[in-house]
Amino acid sequence: MNKPNKDIAIHCDSVSKNYKKVEALKNICFDVKRGEIFGLIGPDGAGKTTLFRILTTLILPDRGMASVDSFDVVKDYKEIRKCVGYMPGRFSLYQDLTVEENLNFFATVFGTTVVENYELIKDIYQQIEPFKTRRAGKLSGGMKQKLALSCALIHKPSVLFLDEPTTGVDPVSRKEFWGMLQKLKTKGITILVSTPYMDEAVLCDRIALIQNGQFLKIDTPKSIVTQYQNKLWAVESDKMHKLLIDLRGNEMTRNCFAFGDKIHISSPLNPTKGDLKTFDKNKIEEIILNNGHKNVIISEIEPSIEDCFMQLSQK
Amino acid sequence: MKKIENIDNSDSHLRVRDHSGLKYLLRKEFKQLIRNKFLPKLIFIFPFMVLMVFPWAASYEIKNLNISVVDNDHSTYSKQLTQKIISSNYFRLTNVSPNYGKALKSIEENKSDLILEIPTNFEKDIVNRQGAKVLISSNAVNGMKGGIGMTYLVSIVNDFNVGLMQKLLPIAGINNTLSTIQIDTQYRFNPHLNYRVFMVPALMVMILTLLCGFLPAVSIVFEKELGTMEQINVSPVPKSIFILAKLIPFWVIGFIVITIGFLIAWSIYGLVPAGHFSTIYLFTAIYILAVSGLGIVISNYAATLQQAMFIVFFFMLVYIMMSGLYTPIDSMPEWAKWIAAFNPLKHFMEVMRSVYLKGSNPMQMTKQLFALIGFAVFFNSWAVLSYRKNQ
Repeated sequence: MNKPNKDIAIHCDSVSKNYKKVEALKNICFDVKRGEIFGLIGPDGAGKTTLFRILTTLILPDRGMASVDSFDVVKDYKEIRKCVGYMPGRFSLYQDLTVEENLNFFATVFGTTVVENYELIKDIYQQIEPFKTRRAGKLSGGMKQKLALSCALIHKPSVLFLDEPTTGVDPVSRKEFWGMLQKLKTKGITILVSTPYMDEAVLCDRIALIQNGQFLKIDTPKSIVTQYQNKLWAVESDKMHKLLIDLRGNEMTRNCFAFGDKIHISSPLNPTKGDLKTFDKNKIEEIILNNGHKNVIISEIEPSIEDCFMQLSQK
Repeated sequence: MKKIENIDNSDSHLRVRDHSGLKYLLRKEFKQLIRNKFLPKLIFIFPFMVLMVFPWAASYEIKNLNISVVDNDHSTYSKQLTQKIISSNYFRLTNVSPNYGKALKSIEENKSDLILEIPTNFEKDIVNRQGAKVLISSNAVNGMKGGIGMTYLVSIVNDFNVGLMQKLLPIAGINNTLSTIQIDTQYRFNPHLNYRVFMVPALMVMILTLLCGFLPAVSIVFEKELGTMEQINVSPVPKSIFILAKLIPFWVIGFIVITIGFLIAWSIYGLVPAGHFSTIYLFTAIYILAVSGLGIVISNYAATLQQAMFIVFFFMLVYIMMSGLYTPIDSMPEWAKWIAAFNPLKHFMEVMRSVYLKGSNPMQMTKQLFALIGFAVFFNSWAVLSYRKNQ
């Protein structure tokens, strides 16, 4: 048993989980500090939900140990269930109960009342309160999400688990949602949040990049970006698909991916091998124009979390 | 069920509010049940349908059998026999065929069910005391109908035979030698062999099985599929309380429905148990425990509603076929009897029929009592074990 550390809200030590032959999680080690917003960033199937399910005591890890609020997920699961809030990726409230009934129900399930903790959910709940007699199944996506968050918060959890809370939510509601999380943070609630959206990563205090059940990196978003070791350009032309193939075919290209309507191409800052040279803007332009592209726009850019993720996942 | 109570007790000293947790879960269940557009109606329409429509429609007593008579004799006796058959109300003379081949044709065309062929010299042979023969053929595509029609016809011909003998041999001495053995048939417990008396108590078992065993299973799997069960699982509410909250409403409904069943049986069919109601309620309670245990087992293995429905359908079908509801277990081959012995429906149907028809008390049904208790223990232990394995 680890020494109870008041500052650590979530602690994972070489947690592994297999589903038959698939390794969903491999030796996951990390700590989340109290009052932190910690983001799990990774694509679908990376193991984010599995990690959530282990930490919320829904499934048992095969190896390793994990604790939430210094309670072991295996031995003290009953204690954990009292002090965490969990909002799964899919809307999982009672669709045939009204907004108010859902909230009351989850309050009583946790042995509390809505009145007792109303202060905590007030900001969020007020937005859906006009619809409190409406059945949860009839709410819009954004309202469902707010209700789910209210229900996850109604017992004043010390740790909040949010599994892809913004998937399938419109950009405005997403922004609003992150605003709510920042407010909750000020109330001392530790938040572990997963998302496939890289742009949300910068809103976390610290993030873990996860792929194929492994953590690629754990750090603050800022420091991850500063550790990016390549030069990066955004390139555009009239024939985007051919451009991607042409650039990938070049020996000096380190990574080359389509990012929305642009292509991000990176090459090493300090080439170690003799044959690997660094691009400069002119060089790229030359290659592209030689391949018969028109309307070419090249600009050097600052790396985003996504660029870092792409680089790390290629290792 | 014992397991559930244990968990409950061990928790109650930790959390005073656990019992209220059950209360709120129950409140939620009833709210959802009432709000459901479909289920409450089904719960009450189903027993009415099963108890009121089915027993009237299904009957082993067969009337209006179509008979084709081939009369090769055209005598007084042959006409008397034909007349006797028609006037029995069981048979309807569809045609009088000139020969057996034509009569067979009418069976093939599904116009008649039986053929009675009266040979030439029928009357002459009787009068000459040489003994006459008739041929009865029956369409056995529907074995039940063919067999019953045959039996009816044979008994009418026999009756005719006896009548003839009395007419032809009026001397008292000979008459005595003719009837050395007289058979008086008496059907105990169901004197008129009324099919409904036999079916109605057993049909109540079927209704209970569906309401108390399979509906909770479907309801639990539904929450599993929606993800709401996961939400409950991350809360301090023990899973056992959650399941108990699922079962209790259906237990209540089960008792209400069986009481409605008693009322229907009494008001429509005039059926009142010869035994005591308390006997039925006692067995009902044990039976409900057993089938709801089975329901939880199903819910543990099924991940989706579709899977649950299919498993339910499978069990329901096998259980009803092997319950003795339609075909008696005693007439089944040995291996089938063994399958039936592992069918809780069979035991409870025996109980219901015994109490309704014979007035049995629990002491006379210890075999069924222990069998049902055994099922309750078995299914509920399995439910607990399979749930642990899943976790």
